[in-house]
Amino acid sequence: LSDNEEPIETEALPLDAWHRARGARMVPFAGYEMPIQYEGIMAEHLWVREHAGLFDVSHMGQLMVEGEGAAEALERVLPGDISALQAGRIRYSLLLAEDGGILDDLMVTNVTMPNGGAPRYYVVVNGATKWDDIAFLREHLPDEITLTHLDDRGLLALQGPEAAAVLEGIAPGATNDLYFMQGTSVEWRGEALGIGRGGYTGEDGFELSFPAERLTELADALLADERVRPIGLGARDSLRLEAGLPLYGHDLDDSVDPVEGGAAFAISKRRREQGGFHGAERILGHVADGPAKKLLGFTVDGRMPVREGAVIYSSDAPVGKVTSGGFAPSVGAPIAMGYVETQYSAPGTPLEAEVRGKRVPLTVETMPFIAHRYHRKGAQK
Amino acid sequence: MTRYFTEDHEWIEVDGGTATVGITDYAQGQLGDIVFVEVPDQGRELSKGGEAAVVESVKAASDVYSPVSGTVTEGNPALEEDPALVNTAPEGEGWFFKLQISDASELDSLMDESAYKAFCDTL
Repeated sequence: LSDNEEPIETEALPLDAWHRARGARMVPFAGYEMPIQYEGIMAEHLWVREHAGLFDVSHMGQLMVEGEGAAEALERVLPGDISALQAGRIRYSLLLAEDGGILDDLMVTNVTMPNGGAPRYYVVVNGATKWDDIAFLREHLPDEITLTHLDDRGLLALQGPEAAAVLEGIAPGATNDLYFMQGTSVEWRGEALGIGRGGYTGEDGFELSFPAERLTELADALLADERVRPIGLGARDSLRLEAGLPLYGHDLDDSVDPVEGGAAFAISKRRREQGGFHGAERILGHVADGPAKKLLGFTVDGRMPVREGAVIYSSDAPVGKVTSGGFAPSVGAPIAMGYVETQYSAPGTPLEAEVRGKRVPLTVETMPFIAHRYHRKGAQK
Repeated sequence: MTRYFTEDHEWIEVDGGTATVGITDYAQGQLGDIVFVEVPDQGRELSKGGEAAVVESVKAASDVYSPVSGTVTEGNPALEEDPALVNTAPEGEGWFFKLQISDASELDSLMDESAYKAFCDTL
């Protein structure tokens, strides 16, 4: 049996001992020792779709960008309409290199105090890219804008159809009038608990920012609810793949722009009209004329998983490459995501991937593979 | 019948000139939920330590090596329908393939059950 793991220098997360005490198998990821699984990826995945799962995502970078003109400054490097983002609202956006390539994908929350004060934006970036992101932002944000790395805070994600009831159990009223892509802050045991409604599974859920030194208290309080189980990175990956959500470093990287990466929705209308962000010429050209290739989802015939790196063919011609793939527990079959030349991108297009010298039939599929169940404002329950 | 083990966590049960190969309970525990197994076709020539099969968990694909050289006489057809047999019965119904051993002296370098157990305790 082959061994795929290589030793890497890693740091411990605030909940390191907590994970180990709960039977986690720890692996190096993004510079940290992280739990890949507890009882097993399949069971954890299905638990999140039915109940509620607790994920430790403290490896991610929590940043605060503040000062007069912070929105305009962020708009140089993000294609979203940050100026129009109201206090308490969250946007998905992309950190853009000067040529329009994607340096990271991230969430921005307007956390400006309701009684005024300087504009403040809370930004959550990927763990593996956070140090590069911080250096890039320091270089590109003007001096009057302050960038703070909130490295004294931990981050937990509580995800699943029972997540809201669980959070209400420990912080009554916290989810009142809080909808998908909205954020708030409540006091919990004397500390500020930052809450953003959303996540990376396609389910309703929350991301919870809390002081790292007291993070075990929050994790214990949530796990005390029998509807909650701890969930590792393995199920986090299979859940996000089913939800059609890209993973930076795999499905997105600095060689692709937001249109190629299937994130044209994150380029706000005003920004399309006005430009003024990194790579605007390239990106808006792709908005207008279509990109040469784009990120798509695929269903896979049979049971053999098609994984990252597999070349995609149309007859004999190589036309793309798989960037994420694996067995999808809730679909009950393998699925994949990857880049294909635009002429082969219509849903239903039959293609093939090569795995260990064999051709496996793929079909272009509209994502997500499992319908999102977000708690949207105005949506029927 | 005698059962031997490799440091790559395969087991081989020898019965005269033929043998059955699978992966150990320790190995399936490390891999987690098995979702796909590719076994070798009948007639394929395998060499000791060479790639023989592929086992895929939710998270990754891993190669399974042949503990000794030989010719495949049968791949386990049950794994196509039910790859999870590798999790539930790794050292029984979840076997991978059978082969005709070409050089029985290659068995000498393998571990017996107690040596393998001691080896796993060091991991």
